[in-house]
Amino acid sequence: MDELQSLMHGFAVALTLQNVLLMFLGIVLGVLIGVLPGLGGANGIAILLPLTFTMSPTSAIIMLSCIYWGALFGGAITSILFNIPGEPWSVATTFDGHPMAQQGRAGEALTAAFTGSFIGAFFAVVMITFLAPLVAEFALKFGPPEYFAVYLLAFCSFVGMGKGSPWKTIAAMMLGFGLAAVGMDTVTGQLRLTFGSTELLRGVDFLVVVIGLFGIGEILLTMEEGLEFKGRSAKINARVVFQTWAQLPKFWATSLRACLIGCWMGVTPGGATPASFMSYGVAKQISKNGHNFGKGEMEGVVAPETAAHAAGTAALLPMLALGIPGSPTAAVLLGGLLIWGLQPGPLLFVEQKDFVWGLIASMYLGNIVGLIVVLTTVPLFAAILRIPFSIIAPVIIVVCAIGAYTVNNAMLDVWLMMLFGVVGYVFKKLDYPMAPMVLALVLGDRAEDSFRQSMLMSQGSVSILWSNWLVGGISTAALLLLLWPFISALRERRRRVVL
Amino acid sequence: MGQPEKDHRGVVDTATMEIVVAALFFAFAAVVMFDSYRLGAAWGSDGPEPGYFPFYTGLIIAIASVVLLVQGVRLCRQPRAAFVERGQFKDVLVVLLPALGYVLAIEFVGIYLASACYIAVFMVFLGHYTWKRGVTVGVSVGLFAFVLFERWFSIPLPKGFIERALGF
Repeated sequence: MDELQSLMHGFAVALTLQNVLLMFLGIVLGVLIGVLPGLGGANGIAILLPLTFTMSPTSAIIMLSCIYWGALFGGAITSILFNIPGEPWSVATTFDGHPMAQQGRAGEALTAAFTGSFIGAFFAVVMITFLAPLVAEFALKFGPPEYFAVYLLAFCSFVGMGKGSPWKTIAAMMLGFGLAAVGMDTVTGQLRLTFGSTELLRGVDFLVVVIGLFGIGEILLTMEEGLEFKGRSAKINARVVFQTWAQLPKFWATSLRACLIGCWMGVTPGGATPASFMSYGVAKQISKNGHNFGKGEMEGVVAPETAAHAAGTAALLPMLALGIPGSPTAAVLLGGLLIWGLQPGPLLFVEQKDFVWGLIASMYLGNIVGLIVVLTTVPLFAAILRIPFSIIAPVIIVVCAIGAYTVNNAMLDVWLMMLFGVVGYVFKKLDYPMAPMVLALVLGDRAEDSFRQSMLMSQGSVSILWSNWLVGGISTAALLLLLWPFISALRERRRRVVL
Repeated sequence: MGQPEKDHRGVVDTATMEIVVAALFFAFAAVVMFDSYRLGAAWGSDGPEPGYFPFYTGLIIAIASVVLLVQGVRLCRQPRAAFVERGQFKDVLVVLLPALGYVLAIEFVGIYLASACYIAVFMVFLGHYTWKRGVTVGVSVGLFAFVLFERWFSIPLPKGFIERALGF
């Protein structure tokens, strides 16, 4: 039970007055980010990241991860009250959450959503507590080929598990790798893709790209949809909360399934959004109330919210243990670790025990704080949503511009942000996935380094990726995932020919 | 924003946009491959040359973009769907163009004044607020940002003549 001891130590690190205050601040900011259109977990953290450079890494990550929890909670508020998913992973929550609000059961729906989120996150944190150290210990034996194979697996699984066109996934992902190559090559010191510009020496910062894609792009989309906030009012009082809690235990099977789906989708880079849809779909098929789904069934709120939160939390496991983030938001947090001078990956568990266990402990505390905050402040956030879009939109663009500028104190970054805003808008409309692009941009250099080192080890032969059972197994799985969309398309075509 | 009398005619159809984006991907791939080739994309005396990894990145983008281009051309034969309708496009431009003007203004007058003006103009012309309210909100946000970044976080943001005149 080494983990429990480490965890207790972590609580000691996390439970200072300053850190607890930062937790509250983070959650409130996070819910705000989750509620407002155009600001989400990933770019909200990207904007705030430069402000944390002066804090100690532990305090900084506690605040930033709390923003993440807050954003996860916040998405549910807009879905249920306004039928507008504040975040992509809360789309499935609108299906039953909004009908419940229309029937005057908004308080119940919100309580169910928040409690489900809390349970999902808690389940995932427990999994991280016991699994992450094991994974890290295992990964300590990894050499460059193993690392490259794991990167390959992560990226191929985007292609294999994505819903859209595999070619679009590949193109977007490789665009990320291409952008990551801009600037000085870390190994040889050569300048790549800078074309004589000193401004491009720094490279294209992924924070700027994230702010553009998810911030500006989202604002443009929101404008196009001509959003009007027509919300239901919400009152949550203690009676509603306890009444709802009394009903929740009968959904234990749905919750458990949602937790498992969420953890699985979070660890593999599927992410919270598909997890929430999958969990909703499975619950609809299995539950005996399935035929009522879509008409305001509480189970239909619990299922996607629990899974989304479990996935969102589980996405931090590969980030901590392997240095491979499971979601764009985790990727931004990973970028933060690099900026604070921490090398994400298995060594973190050996060299930075305080940091890792402080973070894990803060996940427990942050979610408890989160549940309390959201249950008590819903009316406040619902009121914020009633501020007209013509005030919110320019303010968000100003916030994004400041965020992009502070990354490197460069105006070029603000222009790049606008450019990627347009890219984000077009990509969203044409169904190009953005998550693989962001992940490729963050991991590009590391993936390239491990590839180069592997190639040096083998004198340029790709066979090193099959040199032992472990690396061979991972590489083969990666290739299968990569080819999966094409295999299934072929099978589909053959079946059609037979019919 | 949500006026009912929106213009529903398409500005450009989805198939055309697919082709344009695929072509842009190809152009990006060409640039990446060209520059990587210039740096050396082969196997040098001390291992892979600096352009080795990016070259293949570019190559994969090029292949993917050609496939997407072909798929886009095929899409042309199907019934056309609008990528964006005129009314929607107008709404998007109404946000995008002032935002670009705002970024340009930052270059000249600093971020605080530019932000205050941008918010005020946006509120008055798009939100149909009175100038008084627009300017109040704009100036408050500008001042708040100034105090937040210059005083509390000591993060220098771009400043213009006003800040300089005040001695910052």
